[in-house]
Amino acid sequence: MQMTRRMRLPEAKAYVADKLGVSPADLSDPVTMSEVRRERGLGTIPTEDTATVNDALAIEAKINIARVLEVPVRSAERLRELTGG
Amino acid sequence: MEGIPTRMGDGSLVRMTRAEIEADIHAGVEAGVKRAKVEPLGADAIDHLVDVFASRARFSAVDIGDECILTSDGVGSQDTGSRITDLQNYEQTVCTDTVELYHHDYSFKPIKPVLPFEQEIMRQAQLLLTIPVAYGAMPDLGRYTVPDGPVPNWSQLLPLGRIDEARAAQEEAVEVAVDDIVYVAEGMYEAGADGINLDTAGAAGDADFLAALRAIERIRARYPDWGIQIGMASEFVLGMHGELEYDGVRLAGLWPADQMRLAAKAGVSIFGPAVNVNTGKTVAWNVARTCTIVKPCTDAAEIPIHLNGGMGVGGVPMHALPPVDAVSRASRACADVLRLDGL
Repeated sequence: MQMTRRMRLPEAKAYVADKLGVSPADLSDPVTMSEVRRERGLGTIPTEDTATVNDALAIEAKINIARVLEVPVRSAERLRELTGG
Repeated sequence: MEGIPTRMGDGSLVRMTRAEIEADIHAGVEAGVKRAKVEPLGADAIDHLVDVFASRARFSAVDIGDECILTSDGVGSQDTGSRITDLQNYEQTVCTDTVELYHHDYSFKPIKPVLPFEQEIMRQAQLLLTIPVAYGAMPDLGRYTVPDGPVPNWSQLLPLGRIDEARAAQEEAVEVAVDDIVYVAEGMYEAGADGINLDTAGAAGDADFLAALRAIERIRARYPDWGIQIGMASEFVLGMHGELEYDGVRLAGLWPADQMRLAAKAGVSIFGPAVNVNTGKTVAWNVARTCTIVKPCTDAAEIPIHLNGGMGVGGVPMHALPPVDAVSRASRACADVLRLDGL
């Protein structure tokens, strides 16, 4: 939100929290966010304890982040351009 | 043991009483007021700084919920595995918010001939990381002077009193540098980068800052939604040219608040003020001075502000291995007092 929308921190946190259905304080809570991120496919640390093959990671997650937050993610746009997706 | 352990600006450990630390913080504020012609910090901010620096804890941090974003000027040591491994380590082990791919010759001019190789690394990094991956380098206007570049060397001309020639050389260098910065930025956008960072802007003075602003203007016009970050080289813009203007504002002598206004006008997403460290003073003194100088910038900003904090700027000791007690105190204090969007 800061990079593409030039939002200051409180506004950016409020925007993302609203999109994810959590409070701004939840965004920095790893326990809450591990569940939110998994449910919405927003990516996590790729270890056997934190992710399965069914979890979106890296570029897969970035495509979901762009959709869920309604924000342009250049690498996701580029992948769609190259794959016709 | 007697005294509270605290640090000097060179990183060395000293012991002081709470009263001595408080006196140093007041002196740092006064130094900022005198130098940058700004208002002093309020009593609440000064009290908070005293509490942060009078603690004996190894580590200091913002309150839970007050976390801000970390961006970087280059990520990784480039000594372990590949540059992509560096970025992955920072994402998955350090757990930073963003990373920045960089070439070890950290200036736009030398990147230009190797851009296709840099694009390929960026393309692969984007496939493997989730967090934003930016690309960064310095405008570094001095690179364009003879014998390494095409432009007469103003550092040689100025001592000879050849002022007009020195100014003309800087103006010529600006034009070439802007083209190079935009060329690299376009290449990185095509490769999928999440943003471009113009780091250490103004290092060669007002012409260097002008090159950054003009490049940003062109990049923003072409990519309205792309991340564009600028990090300054020092607390005020050196007047190596002295007469250059952007948007009708003379660049020489600008302090962070006015630097930010011009950077925002040019189109940056994130502005990074830099305040230099005095190694002969304590970290507490330096942080108080930093906060005083930067407060008008963060108060006036309508874009995110990421203070430069590291190795000689933002109160962090001028040492290659800055102690974590000092880094965390400087970072926490600046984040709290300045309500930073990031570091």
